[in-house]
Amino acid sequence: VSIYTPDLQNILSLLFFLLPASALTTGIYMIFSTKPEMATQEIQPNETLTNLKAESDTLKTKLEDERAKLHDVELHQVAEKVDGLGQFIMKTRRTLKGHGNKVLCMDWCKDKRRIVSSSQDGKVIVWDAFTTNKEHAVTMPCTWVMACAYAPSGCAVACGGLDNKCSVYPLSLDKNENLAAKKKSVAMHTNYLSACSFTNSDMQILTSSGDGTCALWDVESGQLLQSFHGHAADVLCLDLAPSETGNTFVSGGCDKKANVWDMRSGQCIQSFETHESDINSVRYYPSGDAFASGSDDATCRLYDLRADREVAIYSKESIIFGASSVDFSLSGRLLFGGYNDYTINVWDVLKGTRVSILFGHENRVSTLRLSPDGTAFCSGSWDHTLRVRDRGVITWATFPKGPHSQGER
Amino acid sequence: MERVIVAMQDPDMGMKMRNQRLLITVIPHAMTGNDVIEWLIQKYNITEEEARHLGGLLVQYGYIYPLREPRSLLLRSDDSPYRFQTPYFWTSSRWPATELDYAIYLAKKNIRKQGELVDYEKENYSILHKRINHTWDFVVMQAREQLRASKQRRKADRIVLECQEQAYWLINKPCVNMPLYYHYTTLGRNRVKSSICLESFMKYSEQYLHHDPIMSGCLPSNPWISDDTSHWTINTDMVGIPTRLRVERWSFSFMELLNDSMGRREFMIYLEKEFSAENLCFWVACEDLRHGESSKIILKVEEVYKNFLAPGAARWVNIDSKTMERTLEGIKRPHRFIMDDAQMHIYFLMKKDSYPRNLTSRTPTLAIVPQETKKSVFPFMRRQRHSSPSPAMVTQATEDDGKAKGAGPTGTSSTTNSQI
Repeated sequence: VSIYTPDLQNILSLLFFLLPASALTTGIYMIFSTKPEMATQEIQPNETLTNLKAESDTLKTKLEDERAKLHDVELHQVAEKVDGLGQFIMKTRRTLKGHGNKVLCMDWCKDKRRIVSSSQDGKVIVWDAFTTNKEHAVTMPCTWVMACAYAPSGCAVACGGLDNKCSVYPLSLDKNENLAAKKKSVAMHTNYLSACSFTNSDMQILTSSGDGTCALWDVESGQLLQSFHGHAADVLCLDLAPSETGNTFVSGGCDKKANVWDMRSGQCIQSFETHESDINSVRYYPSGDAFASGSDDATCRLYDLRADREVAIYSKESIIFGASSVDFSLSGRLLFGGYNDYTINVWDVLKGTRVSILFGHENRVSTLRLSPDGTAFCSGSWDHTLRVRDRGVITWATFPKGPHSQGER
Repeated sequence: MERVIVAMQDPDMGMKMRNQRLLITVIPHAMTGNDVIEWLIQKYNITEEEARHLGGLLVQYGYIYPLREPRSLLLRSDDSPYRFQTPYFWTSSRWPATELDYAIYLAKKNIRKQGELVDYEKENYSILHKRINHTWDFVVMQAREQLRASKQRRKADRIVLECQEQAYWLINKPCVNMPLYYHYTTLGRNRVKSSICLESFMKYSEQYLHHDPIMSGCLPSNPWISDDTSHWTINTDMVGIPTRLRVERWSFSFMELLNDSMGRREFMIYLEKEFSAENLCFWVACEDLRHGESSKIILKVEEVYKNFLAPGAARWVNIDSKTMERTLEGIKRPHRFIMDDAQMHIYFLMKKDSYPRNLTSRTPTLAIVPQETKKSVFPFMRRQRHSSPSPAMVTQATEDDGKAKGAGPTGTSSTTNSQI
């Protein structure tokens, strides 16, 4: 055994990794003290909690100071040299009618044309959005199916909501077969399921729940592979990182926090708390170096993971309703936000300006996603419909020049 | 602290130790609290107050532990018995305590006597049970093994060992849930200047501008606008000739290349010429392990070891010795992330070496630039919208035939007259 002989000073600086044994726990916090004498005194729970809170607040301030030190320029300043985008016109190309109630969630299939959507009345429908044909329909045993996801292979869909579960339905080729018969319960939470997503394969599902946790599940066995604790309230959304190492994801919750997690260890590796209300939606920037969030505070924000801070806010005084759902265009230049005032606002990510406001839905927009190849985006609404939209007329004035330049008349 | 402890145990100048009685058992090599304080006063020429303070710290950090009331980590200046913690359990040599070890300790306690876990231990037990559930069988097995081994010891030894272990875990519980710990670690994080980060957004948007259909349109036409699915047909996974844009994208980053099955295939052909194809094969096998079924993990790990890591393996991959050692050690307890280190090593090897060389040396891939579809003279006359086979069907067919079928619109056209 090598004798490591630190002197007392070093020991005290290592305090963060040791816990004095008189851990008088209240709730899920270990009483943590920087003064060893505390461990030998009679501890009043309230007094220590106050100390802890004070210490926590001091640290948070220090953290913000550290973050601010490296913030030498704003995004819109750097973006001054980039051309403006002018006004965009987006057109609805398909309207999918068939749900009998509020559409709550949707997801695209990797084949770039199929969609799964779920609604308040428990119905989950698989569409070929291109032809607008309904291909499959399942009735869940619960209402408010808040989450649905398409499997990467295109052979199954996952969904869940008030049943506190996430179930996987293999998509049968036999149109007459009852999909519900083959249903497989995978995830079990202690509160509603708010979001779900397959990871790189059909074999694992990531879920977030009203019980304040996220979890990673093995589809085949239903086993819990990893759970993620750290949100102080309901977790409402999640998104997987498109990074090289493919091991992280971000979640947003009612505690106004967006947390970045390591899937392997279950640790929260970064946390951002600048929103003023619930975070309804999080989505990674295509490069994986940043993510956007949409919140009930009527703003969307961009957070850079390397700078470890918020770098842009997308807001307007005229926008006073919450953003329910966000997604980027393929190049990351545009940010689409679906809002509770029935509109979709399209933002220039770099300049921070709004380039388009889209009407059409007759109730809240609850979900919004770009198609896998970026050719269109789909929005789902409480007005029972889904709309697939993309760019309308591109005039020569606003079109960027390039080697593959072409226009649409 | 350890210097002090070592001095305390010096055979000549150290403390006088004797047998102490704990209930009915006699514990050898123990000392009283008083002894400790006396010795410190003598050795360092300090006051009793200082000696008590220093001695108290030694107990706090687990170098000395009390035999009576083990949860109260105080140094009492009376005849309460204390013992030196064995160096095996010294904080410095065993730090950081892993969750796995702690779980095994708690499981042992739980098995030994039901209800012996204290409140916070029960809480930690359930949190750990949830968190490392995938290795819980291993935890229980280890716990049982250790209990069995300890039963074979003499009672005095067993009690000593239990005391030592208990003392260790009182001090060194891993942070099962610790928000303050998180804050301290984040303070030390490396951050990048905003100007550098934000510049990268400019670059990225610019680079992908022409690949973004909403920004720049797409060739021959956007299927949602023209109802013509050619754009999808010419970009399927295994099309004969890729489009120029697609090939260009492979040069943006290594990840783009790997994410495109066609790009990956081209890269594999190149690696085969360079006699380093085993790297990509290894990476693919590791991805399969990471994202595959839990039930197949052990089998897959064995396969990977046999094919890529074992000495003399058919496709041996060149990993640095440290990573190899760590991986081989980890294979004894296989789980889905066991190959992560090795996989990352090989990934970055390919990214830094083979990928750039492939970019520069590659003969230009045959690629097409599709012609823009001329919009029909009567734009309000819509084309027929053809359906496509469901991905589920395609996969089924693949399994049936054993041949890959290109996914594209087939003859069956079931059009609808839905209103826009």
